[in-house]
Amino acid sequence: MKRRDFLHLTGMGIGAGLLSQIPLIGKAIPLETPWYSVDVAKKKEMADIALNAARSKGATYTDVRIGRYLNQYVITREDKVENVVNTESYGIGIRVLANGCWGFSSTDNLTRDGIAQAAALAVAIAKENSRIMTTPVELAPQKGYGEVSWKAPIQRNAFDVPLKEKADLLLSVNDAAIKGGANYVGSYLFVVNEQKYFASSDGSYIDQDIHRIWPTFRITKIDAATGKFETRAALSAPRGMGYEYLMPDESEKIHGVTTLYRNRYDMLEDARQGAAQVQQKMKAKSVEPGKYDLVLDPSHLWLTIHESVGHPTELDRVLGYEANFAGTSFLTLDKWESKKFNFGSPIVNIKADKKQPGSLGAVGYDDEGVGTQEWDLIKDGTLVNYQAIRDQAHIIGLDHSQGCCYSQSWKDVQFQRMPNVSLQPGKQKLTPAEIIKNVEKGIFIVGDGSFSIDQQRYNFQFGGQMFYEIKNGQIVGMLKDVAYQSNTQEFWNSCKAIADQRDYRLGGSFFDGKGQPEQVSAVSHGSATARFNGVNVINTARKI
Amino acid sequence: MPILTREEAQALLKKVLAYSKADQCEVSIYGSDNGNIRYARNAVSTSGGNTFSQMAVASAYGKRQGIATINEYDDASLEKVVRRSEELAKLAPENPEFMPYLGPQQYGPSGTGFVQETAAIDPKKRTDMVAASLDISRRNDLIAAGFLENTTAYSAMMNSNGLFAYNNSTGGKFNVTLRTQDGTGSGYVSKGFTDVSKLDVSAATTIAAKKAAGSKSAKALEPGKYTVILEPAAAAVLVEQIFFNMDARSADEGRSFLSKPGGKTKVGEKLVDDRVTIYSDPWNPELPTSPYNGDGRPQEKITWIDKGVIQNVYNTRYWAEKQKVKSVPSPDGAIMIGGTKSLEELIKSTEKGILVTRLWYIREVDPQTLLFTGLTRDGTFYIENGEIKYPIKNFRFNESPIIMLNNLEEMGISERTVSGESGIELLLPPMKIRDFTFTSLSDAV
Repeated sequence: MKRRDFLHLTGMGIGAGLLSQIPLIGKAIPLETPWYSVDVAKKKEMADIALNAARSKGATYTDVRIGRYLNQYVITREDKVENVVNTESYGIGIRVLANGCWGFSSTDNLTRDGIAQAAALAVAIAKENSRIMTTPVELAPQKGYGEVSWKAPIQRNAFDVPLKEKADLLLSVNDAAIKGGANYVGSYLFVVNEQKYFASSDGSYIDQDIHRIWPTFRITKIDAATGKFETRAALSAPRGMGYEYLMPDESEKIHGVTTLYRNRYDMLEDARQGAAQVQQKMKAKSVEPGKYDLVLDPSHLWLTIHESVGHPTELDRVLGYEANFAGTSFLTLDKWESKKFNFGSPIVNIKADKKQPGSLGAVGYDDEGVGTQEWDLIKDGTLVNYQAIRDQAHIIGLDHSQGCCYSQSWKDVQFQRMPNVSLQPGKQKLTPAEIIKNVEKGIFIVGDGSFSIDQQRYNFQFGGQMFYEIKNGQIVGMLKDVAYQSNTQEFWNSCKAIADQRDYRLGGSFFDGKGQPEQVSAVSHGSATARFNGVNVINTARKI
Repeated sequence: MPILTREEAQALLKKVLAYSKADQCEVSIYGSDNGNIRYARNAVSTSGGNTFSQMAVASAYGKRQGIATINEYDDASLEKVVRRSEELAKLAPENPEFMPYLGPQQYGPSGTGFVQETAAIDPKKRTDMVAASLDISRRNDLIAAGFLENTTAYSAMMNSNGLFAYNNSTGGKFNVTLRTQDGTGSGYVSKGFTDVSKLDVSAATTIAAKKAAGSKSAKALEPGKYTVILEPAAAAVLVEQIFFNMDARSADEGRSFLSKPGGKTKVGEKLVDDRVTIYSDPWNPELPTSPYNGDGRPQEKITWIDKGVIQNVYNTRYWAEKQKVKSVPSPDGAIMIGGTKSLEELIKSTEKGILVTRLWYIREVDPQTLLFTGLTRDGTFYIENGEIKYPIKNFRFNESPIIMLNNLEEMGISERTVSGESGIELLLPPMKIRDFTFTSLSDAV
């Protein structure tokens, strides 16, 4: 996961000054422009120009992605709207196979000549590169779907919501935090609409409309006397939803030491609670390092799932395609072939999917025109599968792609990206309160914090937003300076309880980074509250 | 649109400003030609070419500002983008922190980072360079994964108050990881360049090959505090974190490592070893950067840390005016003054220590102390009595770059390096640091 872009945009990492000249991709559009999309017939015409031009230059396979990507960011601090950014990015990316080798070229010159030239360049690059190819690309078969479409099932398009309504919400969130005792607060709303058109020489013409939203904030409290400060970030999740996510609904709340949210988020309530909690964090007891039983809320556990399960089951990492940057994986092919690699305890079942409604990964078809699916990655604690795309499927004996191909824009080449990867809820009836009741010495962690994992996904360290000390089945107060370190296999084998379906919630990342040049993707991870026994906790307090 | 010269950019931006009806208008443009090639498993994997440009127009009425951008340059589109920014400005809430655009500025020389030979790189040249790297990998029975990219770019800005700025540049990056066939050894090298003739792909790949072969069958050491020698690429990912957190407003507001109780800051105080001096200089021949900042302020040669003392912090124009201090833009690169020893000499003078090639997945743990965690990667070795004795397993660390630069033992010669985390380039020396805190072992190779 990549935080840099987000921090830079929001000024949360105010020091990202060295990045000041990196351009924001996309052109801005007027804030109140009605949402519209490009006519499908026009897109088909452009796609056919590219398909024909590539074939005439010698491509044996071509796919074309015509993308119109809309983003809106509303950025506030205290009583000010600091920035409103509307961007639009529109162009075409053409990928070809020639001499058995991939080539790619993209352009925002959408004239007939511009498209044909980009197609010719993609073929020229493929032919040039075939000199240093060892094995020709082998694509899993994919039937053409003809002309089809898919739309995210949103209730209210966030681009249609007046800017004033969004700004007022964020300013009222800030006001609640300041009134609650915070010194500073920044709140942010990110809205994304991907209008993607895919066409391939296999005979698919796929039109898709995808929506994502992420409301979030950060509250800061400073003790003037000591100069110490603490922060508390929002407990929202980025979602593949419309503005309905921001419509509070009592039935979607889980009340406890703090309110937690399923499919609707009450940003104002979270800010009020956050302002109180950031003050509790200031007074919290510094943790005694040692072994603790951890009870991890889904608002926290999603990130551990993402890093320790999502990434090591990416087949491109397993095969070495990411060895120079994101890394490889400890889940090597021999472990999968053995059919008995013990990834976790027998209650650990983890599925991959690109279909779950409201998730960040949900689409009808991936970026190489493959219909989306759901499959097991970890079954009863054993590694059973990976995440593959068309040119990798044959390596794990599949006769089809699993539909995990994605590109962040028309500008960049598509490659294997993580689908939603989610821990399945427990099969027995069990609530988080019942899990906590049985813990003698433990910590209940809510919200995601610092995160870091090695390049093969063995050793990790995670922080969080709030750490509640559990003693003899009771929450007795808040702790600070907490981070836990573990090893992926050891950690998942220490999973001894998972709450049932009623507690299942999605977390996720808007900015998961991978590839060179680096690309981001958005992905969700679901789980219910889970217990992990005897995990090593360190104390992170230092003096400078 | 092709790469524009100063005159072409000036003419285009002037035309755009002529459409403006707002109180103030500022227009900027950025354009680039990029080519890249990626390889893995000893063969090419993906690659591509992209031409991209973007114009941004900011219009302001009083303290209301609107920004619109476009990538079409016919007259109708140019007028449209100006009108859009004006409509937006009228809709935007008043921002009490809005600052009027700057007037004419004096900039230092531009284009010092443009090299024709780099601009002329084509797909064949890239393929040839990668072929040379692959050849070394295959001859050494290793498996290569790498990346080569080159960019030619220009930027320009102009406003209704008389400001005009222009710069053009070339640049690129090359990095490669070589792994042994059995996956028990891995070596890495990373280079940034302005002038492609200074990039020796074969020499760089050879270093990674030696590290890969030499890191096979690593031994485990107990986590704890060790003397380390951080190669520049490893030091970069921690040193850059100091810069990311040197914002004046955060310090003044009490939420930075530079904050002190009672609203005071540590600016002017000695925070690290007195041999540490870090500055930025847009005209350094080894690392040329832009002569102007994104908001039009001139970049200058400026010292950030002088003999261990925090000398300057950067700010926005608004914050500088509010605090009545000098306006200082954030830098585009940083240079740390090094010593005179080579890396080999640093190793030779080490009784017991650990050589670190690369640090990875750096994340903040505590902003108050600038505590970061991350791991060693792709070549970690145990040093005893001035010699590399054997490869060791990777560690996780929890360390603050401030503590680290207080524990400085020795520095080598500064060289150009690329942060594997942010992609930012710096001139940094290899550094010998005592008591570097490793907190756990990793099985990763």
